[in-house]
Amino acid sequence: MSHERDPKRDGLAVARRRFLSAVAASGAAAGLTGLVRPAQAANPDNLPPNEPEWARVLGPGVDDRGYGLPSIYEKHVKRRWVPWLTASSESTVNFTPLQDLHGFVTPNGVCFERHHSGRAEIDPEDHRLIIHGLVDKPLMFTVEDLKRMPSESHFYFCECAANSGMEWRNAQLNGVQFTHGMVHCVHWTGVPLRVLFEQTGLKPNAKWVLAEGADGAAMTRSIPMEKALDDCLVAYAQNGEALRPEQGYPIRLVVPGFEANMWVKWLRRLEVGDQAWYHREETSKYTDLLPSGKAYIFSWVMEAKSVITFPCPEKPLNGPGYYSVRGLAWSGRGRITRVDVSFDGGRNWQTAKLQDPVYPKCLTRFEIPWRWNGERALLVSRAIDETGYVQPTMYELQKVRGVESVYHNNGQQVWEVKPSGEVENVRLRYVNA
Amino acid sequence: MSVCATSMRKLFAGCALLVLAQAAPAAAEDLGLGVVPTPEQIAGWDKDIRPDGVGLPDGSGTAEEGEPLYLEKCAYCHGDFGEGVGRWPVLAGGFDTLSEQWPEGRPEKTVGSYWPYSSTLFDYIWRAMPFPEPKSLTPDEVYAISAYILYLNDLVEYDQRLDKTNFAQIEMPNRDGFIMDPRPDVPIPEKPCMKDCPVDTTVIGRAGQVEGATPGEDVQPAGIEMYLGE
Ligand code: HEC
Repeated sequence: MSHERDPKRDGLAVARRRFLSAVAASGAAAGLTGLVRPAQAANPDNLPPNEPEWARVLGPGVDDRGYGLPSIYEKHVKRRWVPWLTASSESTVNFTPLQDLHGFVTPNGVCFERHHSGRAEIDPEDHRLIIHGLVDKPLMFTVEDLKRMPSESHFYFCECAANSGMEWRNAQLNGVQFTHGMVHCVHWTGVPLRVLFEQTGLKPNAKWVLAEGADGAAMTRSIPMEKALDDCLVAYAQNGEALRPEQGYPIRLVVPGFEANMWVKWLRRLEVGDQAWYHREETSKYTDLLPSGKAYIFSWVMEAKSVITFPCPEKPLNGPGYYSVRGLAWSGRGRITRVDVSFDGGRNWQTAKLQDPVYPKCLTRFEIPWRWNGERALLVSRAIDETGYVQPTMYELQKVRGVESVYHNNGQQVWEVKPSGEVENVRLRYVNA
Repeated sequence: MSVCATSMRKLFAGCALLVLAQAAPAAAEDLGLGVVPTPEQIAGWDKDIRPDGVGLPDGSGTAEEGEPLYLEKCAYCHGDFGEGVGRWPVLAGGFDTLSEQWPEGRPEKTVGSYWPYSSTLFDYIWRAMPFPEPKSLTPDEVYAISAYILYLNDLVEYDQRLDKTNFAQIEMPNRDGFIMDPRPDVPIPEKPCMKDCPVDTTVIGRAGQVEGATPGEDVQPAGIEMYLGE
């Protein structure tokens, strides 16, 4: 979609967008009020056979907006947070509006944010990346140095380990933005860590890398060297433009398939060592406590997961008939190979169509046609990845990990569609044989 | 994807060597970019501490010295006794709760009950606390405040002096409480059931039933317990 405004073409495009947003707005309102209303035009005078208002005026000129913005009719598409979730807004999270997104790329402005000490605003001229420790030659780079190096660009999802963390005990939050919105997927551009370590050289006992952020929280994580050399990037761009400050401007670490906490933002230091550091974010946090009282440590990979994004609590159905049911699937272990969808709570399944492209460690869009007969239905999706891993039910997951592990909840999400078209986040008993 | 990435921990040692050999840093072309940082530049940022105590700075402190500092700089969020004010993190107590599960109980993960290494406490406070003024404490202050938090957890004496020779030696109760990630840990069906699957689809929980749990509400609904792990 072009952001430039062409007065000759705007008429149609704007009218179409306005019609679609009227549908979306009525859907969004229904999600909040529980009422399902048929799509209505805001001003019937704009409908055929009349000439709409925008077809009879000159629009603003080309340079009206130096940096394009979404249509004013898309204001509901935004990150949202839950104020009572944490004590402060500086150490908390907001959520990607998955219910309003298309394809598999997340627009930069709505990628979820998780800060531990607020958003750092960094002047790139005053930023440095120091690499030291078990290297042959420590080096310090400017952002310009990094941009001169050989680069790579890849699509990767980035999911907080606590995504769906509020759903361990039961169905708790009634919206896909809140149950699954701690994930985004963008096109990252940066320098492979491999290239940087080729410049510094590595001592034979170089086994771990400590990545540190330049923000107040000085976020640190220990990353195993084989992962660092495999596919990690020091990224300076997302979706073709500089990183957004809330995503780590001017540079962040990209650790494909691994939990987002390791993707250290505002990256300023990489220390090479022969053992892990066991810092706060890899002991106190981001460990998975089990009913035995023991906890998984270094549980980095985000296992295969999927969720239906339409319909969902925010996007109810508007009367019986044809719907393209859609969702997203991803796996930190590689490519998604299959997504099955059930309309009866998991008794019977059909395989959905995966939309091209299907990249490893990347969101994958799936879609399946559905003729809704207006009766109650239980919609579920389950993802399968190239390792053969099958996304478990919540019951199966809880059987192994209990309900107190906070992180890495990749259980199947169930939406109940009611005869009214409303959609609710529900939990099923399951107890599979 | 390499063998290393797929079965990382099983092949850990061998893999690291393999990849290092592949990386062959020596063979790479010198791009001539970047400068060698001075030892002072590195030291200014290199403040991290390891479980073996590597990185602990000179200086020392006792819980006795730490108490007034803690009460002034930390207690208004973390509570006089580390019990946490409101939703701010709890720092003390919670012993023998780790195997509790909702709804019968709830594990309380604190420095004393959960953290495997004392080094982590010094490291974190030195680089990230106090929350509104990170990196404002001197090494002596961090030793003293850390000692006080350990004292609140009955892990050191009130007048015990901590410094780089003994700080990392403090025995943390949950030192052996962690196991390497064994995932995939949930049994994987070889052929996922597609038809007439034997599942009980009774609804046992509804998010919409929780008063106020509709997205956008500002007030925490009664009966719903949220956690980000803070
Ligand atoms: C304004 C409130 C506030 C003050 C004052 C404060 N903290 Fe914190 N503290 C926090 C928050 C918020 C976190 C969690 C930060 C995050 O999300 O990463 C935290 C985390 C911690 C943790 C880690 C807890 C855990 O279980 O992982 C420790 C230890 C800690 N603080 C110690 C201190 C000390 C020592 C001081 C005083 C020198 C202090 N804090 C002052 C708000 C505060």
